[in-house]
Amino acid sequence: MTEQVAAQQVTPTGAMIRTLGLVSAICGLIIVGSYQGTFSAVQENKRIALERAVFKVVPKAKAVGEFYAVPGKGIAPAAGEAPAGAIKFYVGYDAAGQLAGIAAEGSGKGYADAVRIMFGYQPYCQCITGIGVVAMRETPGIGDKILTDRAFLANFEALDVKLSADLAALANEVKTVKHGTKTHPWQIDAIAGATITSRAVGRGINDAAKALLPALVPQLDKIRSKAP
Amino acid sequence: MSPTPANTPTTWDEFLEGIWKQNPVFVMILGMCPTLAVTVSAVNALSMGISTALVLIASCGLVSLMRNIVPKEVRIATYIVIIATLVTAVDYAIQAISLALYDALGAFIQLIVVNCIILGRAEAHASKNPPLPAMINAAGMGVGFTIGLLSLGVVREILGAGSLFGISLFGAQFQPWVVMVLPPGGFFVLGSWLLFFSWRARRQQAREATQNA
Repeated sequence: MTEQVAAQQVTPTGAMIRTLGLVSAICGLIIVGSYQGTFSAVQENKRIALERAVFKVVPKAKAVGEFYAVPGKGIAPAAGEAPAGAIKFYVGYDAAGQLAGIAAEGSGKGYADAVRIMFGYQPYCQCITGIGVVAMRETPGIGDKILTDRAFLANFEALDVKLSADLAALANEVKTVKHGTKTHPWQIDAIAGATITSRAVGRGINDAAKALLPALVPQLDKIRSKAP
Repeated sequence: MSPTPANTPTTWDEFLEGIWKQNPVFVMILGMCPTLAVTVSAVNALSMGISTALVLIASCGLVSLMRNIVPKEVRIATYIVIIATLVTAVDYAIQAISLALYDALGAFIQLIVVNCIILGRAEAHASKNPPLPAMINAAGMGVGFTIGLLSLGVVREILGAGSLFGISLFGAQFQPWVVMVLPPGGFFVLGSWLLFFSWRARRQQAREATQNA
């Protein structure tokens, strides 16, 4: 039927271009309008999500500061574009504005995709005191046990990440070991049946701690209390 | 595929068409990509259904308003631009409402652009009808799609996670039937529902045949 109609009346080129142009212009306005209209709410949601993730691993924190650590150059508050090689980390401050703990993201290859985790670091014990998952696509009921398995989470009550004497590297690399064979405080006892995901967590923490802590620990005094 | 009947249907019939006779999920088997992928929980299914319904109603309204000024040659391009615009708006709205929900639905929000229910409705119904009937028909389809998604989401969440809308139903000793929240579970549950509707339709046919005989 369409061919018959087209044969009878030919639509002028101008009309087609005009229609497409008009529709595109209106649609452009709608898109920009909805972007502008939701921008502040989306930013606020992102901030709340970040605070929630940091507060989970640094429970005493009441406020969060974002910082960059650049290996060899020290640390600076995160503002504008990240310098090359910078590692982002979050500092949790308690109600009095004193350092309550540090949080950073790590990521390791899991079973389905990268497992992105947030871990809390306490300078007084030089240990990791909690983990939370930022994003993962692990098998429900198997890989996601890293969130619920009590024995696994007990690994992160005080996971040792002490630096070596020259503060240049970890004294002992964090390592995930087979279920039931943990003997050192820097080892993570894997979940039986979810070894790949457990290893991803261990590797994520190890890689992030190895990169971040040598740059951060010598500069800790800079972030002991919240900048006014 | 066009379900437009020869006689003018009443408004109520327009609405009910998408819910029962032409249900997108169980009768037309359309939009299978989100149907199988996001229905791991009732909340996901409901939010996906509502998002799709909103895009469907708004795009059918706009397409119907423009049906007399859009030349036939460029109509598909126009529909796609309209649908993509509305999906972008819904995408931002969901980010503003809940980031957790946005992450759970993932790429399937953007994929509403290519959901064949929406382009199908625009082409088969909205482009030939005035705005009000077009939007009522679209609303029926949207509700029908949401019901379809919820039928899968509810069953999969109860069996695969032992909860409904995040509320635990069976207590701590319940061992979840994990495969139900994995991709194969989507096929199992959809297949079971289709089997149920087909069995029901056959039984009804058989009953009518006996009555006529």
